[in-house]
Amino acid sequence: MDEAESGAGCLVTVRDLVFRRGDRKIFDGVNLDFPRGKITAIMGPSGTGKTTLLRLIGGQLRPDSGEILVDGQNVHALGNRDLYGLRKRMGMLFQSGALLTDLNVFENVAFPMREHTRLPESMIRILVLMKLQAVGLRGARNLMPAELSGGMARRVALARAIALDPMMIMYDEPFSGQDPISMGVLVKLIHELNDSLGLTSIVVSHDVHETNTIADKIYILSEGKVVGEGTPGSLTRSTSERVQQFMTGAPDGPEHFHYEAPDYSEDLLI
Amino acid sequence: MFQRLGEATLNSFEKLGRGSCFLWFTLGGIFDVAARPGLLIAQIYSVGVLTVMLITVSGMFVGMVLGLQGYTILSDFGAEETLGVMVAASLVRELGPVVSALLFAGRAGSALTAEIGLMKATEQLSGMEMMAVDPVKRIVAPRFFAGVVSMPLLAAIFSTVGILGGHLVGVGMLGVDDGAFWSQMQATLDYRDDILNGVVKSLVFGFVISWIAVFEGYDSLPTSEGVSRATTRTVVHSAFAVLVLDFLLTALMFGDF
Ligand SMILES: Nc1ncnc2c1ncn2[C@@H]1O[C@H](COP(=O)(O)OP(=O)(O)OP(=O)(O)O)[C@@H](O)[C@H]1O
Ligand SMILES: [Mg+2]
Repeated sequence: MDEAESGAGCLVTVRDLVFRRGDRKIFDGVNLDFPRGKITAIMGPSGTGKTTLLRLIGGQLRPDSGEILVDGQNVHALGNRDLYGLRKRMGMLFQSGALLTDLNVFENVAFPMREHTRLPESMIRILVLMKLQAVGLRGARNLMPAELSGGMARRVALARAIALDPMMIMYDEPFSGQDPISMGVLVKLIHELNDSLGLTSIVVSHDVHETNTIADKIYILSEGKVVGEGTPGSLTRSTSERVQQFMTGAPDGPEHFHYEAPDYSEDLLI
Repeated sequence: MFQRLGEATLNSFEKLGRGSCFLWFTLGGIFDVAARPGLLIAQIYSVGVLTVMLITVSGMFVGMVLGLQGYTILSDFGAEETLGVMVAASLVRELGPVVSALLFAGRAGSALTAEIGLMKATEQLSGMEMMAVDPVKRIVAPRFFAGVVSMPLLAAIFSTVGILGGHLVGVGMLGVDDGAFWSQMQATLDYRDDILNGVVKSLVFGFVISWIAVFEGYDSLPTSEGVSRATTRTVVHSAFAVLVLDFLLTALMFGDF
């Protein structure tokens, strides 16, 4: 067991997490460690609860049991004020972008700065343009969210997530809907943010290739459990069938493509 | 059947409980609103100012109808001079607060619910939470207080324009004496009994409508159907609440119990 896994050098630790939606157990005793200053990826089939995990870490959902520590603080034991204080230091990129539809791109990125700082307007302008330049959308500053494509909206949301220079960022599927060029730029950007600012990143993604190039550590979740963890290299060489299926994208194997359902032919014949 | 009834009752009590908690947090947002009056003013504009046109036109017509109806009845008793009193009293005591509240619920209340519900459905509220901005303080509270502040002003506009409408018909078209119209009104209308009670009513209506509207929006299911149902509920529940409360308040203010 290396130093990161002992929990000391970790910004976020998840211990024995259990979470239910109705009768369905989304997480059933999950342990995760996210080392400081590193990029950790979460992979897993659609619907396993990756987004749910990020919401649990952000304190928007409550676990049924288990605990989540962020920077030494138990997220779900914090009072409202402390929770909001902690969230100021977390950035989150939503799967849908979650941009404020009444504000244009510039104002969306400026929003957290206006809410949490008293920076003068000239300073905000410079900062916003820098963040937009980083995601390649400086020219789109006057567009409204409805005028953006899905991929562009995601990049604006990324610019907004890094607006306050947080200590960690959670990316929910940053690569989906991006063309190969912006994909490359995003991979580079996430890397740069990590290296230059010492951020801790949690990346949720389906893209095996991109994730392999970017992540220091990967967790593979399935059916409420961690089914694989390790560096990209060690996972690619893993002998576990599940992990192999996921890393190579084979349709058949222990992992099922379908949501639980009765037998197909029976279902059609009824 | 009884089971269903019991369940429905429990559900509505549960919702009332949630609504009260929510109201409590919203009221707590008053400090944040006070710290940033710009947010409140922007909402007073969209909640209140944009409703002024509707209120003015409706008030005008209601006043004109009162002038016509009142004249027909009063002239039977040869009491046309008291037309001003009748028009003004019915407007200030009842029609001003009630009709403007119903219009307000339809125009501004429904818009508030739809706006907040849609922000919830598109994850904007949850996005705000993750940016450490409390949506109850940033989005809900300014809208709520804007509603509370706007309602009495709108009712006042409604009554004023209504009185002018009554004057237009009564004095301008039917030949009631101008001086009598105003002087009888001034002599009979009481500041405390009429004006103040009317203002209290519209404050209460504004409070309740705004509460229902922001809560329904915040509590709506995050789907298009959920938002549309919440919007309908806002209008129906507000109208119902206004009529019931109007009776209760009138009984308290004018009833000799
Ligand atoms: N509001 C909700 N109510 C009930 N169940 C929900 C709700 N939100 C999500 N779920 C369920 O929780 C499970 C996990 O959802 P989640 O969004 O976390 O999946 P995900 O891993 O992010 O999937 P994807 O990769 O497709 O984004 C899903 O099976 C979904 O059915
Ligand atoms: Mg997801």
